Amino acid sequence: MSEPILRVQDIRKSFDGSGVLRGVSLEIREGEVVVIVGPSGCGKSTLLRCINGLETIDSGEIRLHNEVISGRKKDLHLVRQKIGMVFQSYDLFPHMKVMDNLLLGPVRALGRPREEVEKEALQMLDRVGLREKADVYPRTLSGGQKQRVALVRAMLMNPELLLLDEITAALDPEMVSEVLNVVIDLARGGMTMAIVTHEMRFAEAVADRILFLEDGVILEESDPETFFHSPKTERAARFLQSFTYASRRDGAEKQSKNNPQG
Amino acid sequence: MDWSFIGAHVPDYLEGAWVTLRFGLYGVLCSLAVGVLCCLVRYFRIPVLRQVAAGYVELARNTPLLVQLFFLYAGLPRVGIRLSAEACAVIGLTFLGGGYMAEAFRSGLDAVDRSQAEAGACIGLTPAQNIRYVIFPQALATAVPAVFANVIFLIKETSVFSVLAMMDLMNVADTLRTGGGRTVEVLFMLAAAYLLILLPVSVAATLVERRLRYAGFGDSRPV
Repeated sequence: MSEPILRVQDIRKSFDGSGVLRGVSLEIREGEVVVIVGPSGCGKSTLLRCINGLETIDSGEIRLHNEVISGRKKDLHLVRQKIGMVFQSYDLFPHMKVMDNLLLGPVRALGRPREEVEKEALQMLDRVGLREKADVYPRTLSGGQKQRVALVRAMLMNPELLLLDEITAALDPEMVSEVLNVVIDLARGGMTMAIVTHEMRFAEAVADRILFLEDGVILEESDPETFFHSPKTERAARFLQSFTYASRRDGAEKQSKNNPQG
Repeated sequence: MDWSFIGAHVPDYLEGAWVTLRFGLYGVLCSLAVGVLCCLVRYFRIPVLRQVAAGYVELARNTPLLVQLFFLYAGLPRVGIRLSAEACAVIGLTFLGGGYMAEAFRSGLDAVDRSQAEAGACIGLTPAQNIRYVIFPQALATAVPAVFANVIFLIKETSVFSVLAMMDLMNVADTLRTGGGRTVEVLFMLAAAYLLILLPVSVAATLVERRLRYAGFGDSRPV
C-alpha cells in the first residue's frame, strides 16, 4: 500500500477549556476520498481547519508526506499551497473578476506565468460549465456557481490534498447537485480529498472511507457500504436514523392492519 | 469690493497657495504612510508596537495641531533639537494626520470579513500578499470617503502654519489685512483661494469613490 499523504496523530484542540478535538488520528492515502460525518459541533470543521493550520492544535502532530506541518508559524503558506480548502461561504474575492480570483494563487503564490494559468483556468471553468463567466464579478453568480468557481480556484493550485468544509451547506437545494457533481468528477480524476458534509447520499457515493466523528473523537471508521447499511456503533445508527423519516402513509397502513375493521 | 486691489494681490495669494498646497501635500502623503503603518501594526497584532500605535492615535487625535506645533517649534529646542519652521509644519501635520488616517484605514480593514483573509491564506498567499491583493483593496474601497475627508481636513489645518511665520495663505491674508485694512477683500480672496484648492479634491474624491465601487465590487454600475 502507498504511503499516506497525510498523517494526523492524536491531535487535541480546545476552545475556552472545552475539548473540541479529543485525540483524533487518521491517515489519508493518495487518491483516497475520506468523508467525515457527524452531528453538528462534533469537531468536523475544526479538524479540517487544524489540518491546514487555520487553527493551531494543543497537542498531537500532523504530517504531510512525513514532514511535520503542525505547530509551524513560518512558511505556513508553503503548506497551504499543497493543501487546498473550500468553505461553506465560498469566499470568492468580491473585488476581482472570476478569472482574477482564479489566477491570484497560481500567479502570485506559485509564480507561474499568467498566460499558462489562464489557459488552464479556462479549461477548468469549461469543465464545470462556467467558461462564459470568466469575466464577471462574483456577485453576479448564483451560490452554486460561486462554489464551483471556488472549487476551480482551489484546484488550480494543484493541491496534493483538498479539504472541503460543508461546501453545500449554504446552497439552495437545487444547486447542491451541480456542486457535488464537480466533486465526484474530481474524485474520479484521482484527487485526494477530506470532505465534511451533511449530504449522506453524496457521502455514500463519493467516499472510499467514512469517519464518524462525535464529541471530538472518531467513533467509527469504515467503508461507506458498511457505515450506511450496517453501522457498527449504536450512536452512528441513531445519527443515520435522523436523516430518514417514517412516511405518514406507512403509519396509516400499519394502523389499518392493526384494526382490520377500522 | 475693490477689484483692482484684488487683482493687484493675486500674485501674493498664489505664493501663499503654493506654500499651503506644497506643505499640505507633504503632510498628507506622510500621514497616509504613517496611517497605513499604524493600522498594519494593529491588524497583525504586533505586540508592544500595537499598544504604541493605539496610544499615538489617541494622542494625535485628541490634541490640537496648534499645541503640537508649539511643542515642536518651541518645546524641542529646549532639549537641543532645533527644526526649521517647514520641518515642524510637515512633522506636525503628519503627527496629526497619521492618527486620523490610521483610524480611517482601520474602519476599512474592520469591514473586510476575516474569512476573506482565510480564503487568501488557503490559496497559499503569504501574509503580505494577502494584505496587498485581497484585504487592502477591499478595505480601501470602504475607507476612501474617510481618507478624502481627512485630506481636506488636513489641508485646511495648514492655516495654523502661520504661527510658524510661514507665508502660507492664512499668513498672506493676515499680513495684507493688518497692513492695508481691506478686510472684506482680503478675506474674500482667502476663502476663494481655499475653495479653489479644495474643490478639485472634493470632486476627485467623488470620482475615486465611484470608480472604486465599480472596480471594487462590480455593482452599482449603471446598466
